[in-house]
Amino acid sequence: MPLSRLSSPFLSGTNRVTLQMLQLLLALVPAVIAIVYFFGPGVLITMALAIVLALLAEALMLKLRNRPLKPFLTDGSAIVTAVLLAIALPPLAPWWLVTIGVLFAIIFAKHLYGGLGYNPFNPAMVAYVVLLISFPLEMTTWLPVTILSEHPLDIASAFQMIFTGQTSSGISIDALSGATPLDAMKTQIGLLQHPVDIVQQPLFGLFGGKGWEWINVLFIVGGLYLIYRRVISWHIPVSMLAALTLISAITWFVSPELAGSPLFHLLSGGTMLGAFFIATDPITASTTVKGRIVFGAGVGLLTYIIRVWGGYPDGIAFAVLLMNMLVPLIDYYTQPKVYGAK
Amino acid sequence: MTEKLSSFPGGLVLDGQKRRSTQTPIRQMPLSKKLILPLQQHIGEASVPIVEVGDKVLKGQKIARAEGHVSVCLHAPSSGVIHAINEQPIPHPSGLSALCISIETDGEDRWIDHQGINDFTQLSEHELRQRIRIAGIVGLGGAGFPSFIKLNPGVQHHIDTLILNGVECEPYITCDDMLMREHANGILDGIEIMQYALQVKNTIIAIEDNKSEAISAIEQALTQRKLPNTRVVVVPTRYPAGSEKQLIQVLTGKQVPTGKLPIDLSIVCHNVGTSYAIGRAINHGEPLISRIVTVTGTDVKHAGNFEVLFGTPMDELLAFCDTKHQPGEPFILGGPMMGYNLSGVNLPVTKTANCILVGVDNAAPQSKPMPCIRCGECATACPVSLLPQQLYWHARAKDLEKTQEYNLFDCIECGCCSYVCPSKIPLVHYFRFAKTETMNQQQETLKADHARIRHDNRQDRQELEKKEKQERQRQRKAALAATKAAKEKEAAEQSDEVDNVENK
Repeated sequence: MPLSRLSSPFLSGTNRVTLQMLQLLLALVPAVIAIVYFFGPGVLITMALAIVLALLAEALMLKLRNRPLKPFLTDGSAIVTAVLLAIALPPLAPWWLVTIGVLFAIIFAKHLYGGLGYNPFNPAMVAYVVLLISFPLEMTTWLPVTILSEHPLDIASAFQMIFTGQTSSGISIDALSGATPLDAMKTQIGLLQHPVDIVQQPLFGLFGGKGWEWINVLFIVGGLYLIYRRVISWHIPVSMLAALTLISAITWFVSPELAGSPLFHLLSGGTMLGAFFIATDPITASTTVKGRIVFGAGVGLLTYIIRVWGGYPDGIAFAVLLMNMLVPLIDYYTQPKVYGAK
Repeated sequence: MTEKLSSFPGGLVLDGQKRRSTQTPIRQMPLSKKLILPLQQHIGEASVPIVEVGDKVLKGQKIARAEGHVSVCLHAPSSGVIHAINEQPIPHPSGLSALCISIETDGEDRWIDHQGINDFTQLSEHELRQRIRIAGIVGLGGAGFPSFIKLNPGVQHHIDTLILNGVECEPYITCDDMLMREHANGILDGIEIMQYALQVKNTIIAIEDNKSEAISAIEQALTQRKLPNTRVVVVPTRYPAGSEKQLIQVLTGKQVPTGKLPIDLSIVCHNVGTSYAIGRAINHGEPLISRIVTVTGTDVKHAGNFEVLFGTPMDELLAFCDTKHQPGEPFILGGPMMGYNLSGVNLPVTKTANCILVGVDNAAPQSKPMPCIRCGECATACPVSLLPQQLYWHARAKDLEKTQEYNLFDCIECGCCSYVCPSKIPLVHYFRFAKTETMNQQQETLKADHARIRHDNRQDRQELEKKEKQERQRQRKAALAATKAAKEKEAAEQSDEVDNVENK
């Protein structure tokens, strides 16, 4: 007889791991729709490919590790990793890039550390960083939002693009690609242009990158749903966004020529995806209340530092991984005061 | 009551399932042919039998005396003959046996002569406590600590506040609720006596807001009685608000410091059932021989509350309520959150048996738990602000020292963490295991220390003996040498004398 039947409590709440994962996937839907709207249907193909590969890799690893297949294949965690990675990758990322990323995430970042619950680093972010370092060109080949109005991409041509690198009409990925707003901001500041002038270019929207800002807003909507359903707590997103706002506001007022505005940073790149869906990954984030605030603030600060002074246009993935390393230390020093303690 | 209340961290809002057992008034459980009375139904030392097999006893007759300070007496719940005094299985998480007195009842249920006191203020506080002790009264909320001790603050303490715990926060249990509804006056009788014994300034009767009938019954009784500075405080329904420390936090905003007792905050808590028993004992001279037991659960057809004589076999009680037990299903003594699984039901009802539960909704799953995903829900739910997840890692790794660092022994085993866990890990089970292991280890260390000290002492003693022996030998040798020398000297002197004489 299982332990749970032998000793109290004999009651159990309705919360389940699978349920949490499903809620998370549901919360991503609005933002994914926006990504399809602005960057074409490529992300859906990437996502489907990633999910299939993730489940296969998960099954293989479970088999090798002599673990039961059913509970772990149905817990939803592999699918979440696949979906998050697919969203983070460029919309027309070649199939082999997706494959390497997913396999690395599931096999190395997850199962070699012991599988669900035991991985110290967020698997999707490990894969993202591995790909970014190994294949910098492919990883920064984004579609400018405006290009779709000139060359509309249907699902078939996106499919051809991902698997062959060009459409049947002969348009290659290089013809479509361009820099992301964060990338453009960084390069042009390097060329001593002023951020205020840079954001006048067609690549930029009202507050952040064109299109990107709406995707970020929809990530916020999904994130608020997760907080409302208690899948995540508010501490990490709030402290991360507060830290990012604070440091970018200080820089913006002290030397506005150095970087974009606070709003630009909040609504560009992977800020909101990171704040609500990546940094809040329970397995790899801090678990105490105070610890979560420290952890979130660390991610926010590091993201900004990497974006502005580092070598890469966006810093979410690196920031999360760096803070993952500090989690045991943070958790140890942020234990709550126990009832009756002096 | 719009009193400003504090709150404790975490906790759960649970489906109370109270209506299941509050639809009928308290009923009398029919007299059983045989009553089995464990000599220890309280915390402390077991009582000692003062009857022998074959003795005839009357209802309410003392059959065992208190032994040592932390102990109370035991009485025959009905008239009959002492059938046996031997080891019998008792209700215990590990299914232990212990010394019990068995009574074969004669069906007459004849009381021994007894009478109450009209005016208890004629008695000194000490006499009151003695009577409560002799009446065998222990905390009826579940712990079973002898009540007379908690009515004795001692010279160095002064009690400001007496808290009557009528919270009853565990789902399914309704024995205190029904007692308050039906015997509000009897409870106030006990409160009056405790107020006198403790000389308190304030009295709070705490009841959860899901018990409106009980609240109005007590309030109504209070308006008629006019007890000084006594009021009902309605607390929000949140498990485990009825746990003593959490209740104190809700009512006063204060925390009982680690290693201290409520008395150090000038507070004493008693259960409402205990109060009722004290009233019966002092005003009517009736010792504690029965209690209200809730019999409930999805598999109990006629759930309700019953006045049950101690020693009544649980299986008779369950049969009386028409219980359909499913194979493999636990018989739970106590509530679904903190109760324990009985090894069987061929066991007697004792002073601390507040509820027998057969069948729960939302039962903990049968499947194997998933790995911990560190979501931290357990820490959010913990009413004492522990980190159950960290405790779990260290308990699983049997790193007992680390579990102590994470304050394992502050865990009240309320079960909130296990309840909310999305991976369905039986966290409390691990904590109980770690606690037992730690205590065993400490016991072993104590034993080892004891043995080492004994060994050292023995060596010292042997050393000393050896030295003493050597010393004695030396002295003997010296003495011998001395006598020898003396003899020689004497001989020499004698020969000298002889010489002298000869020379003369």
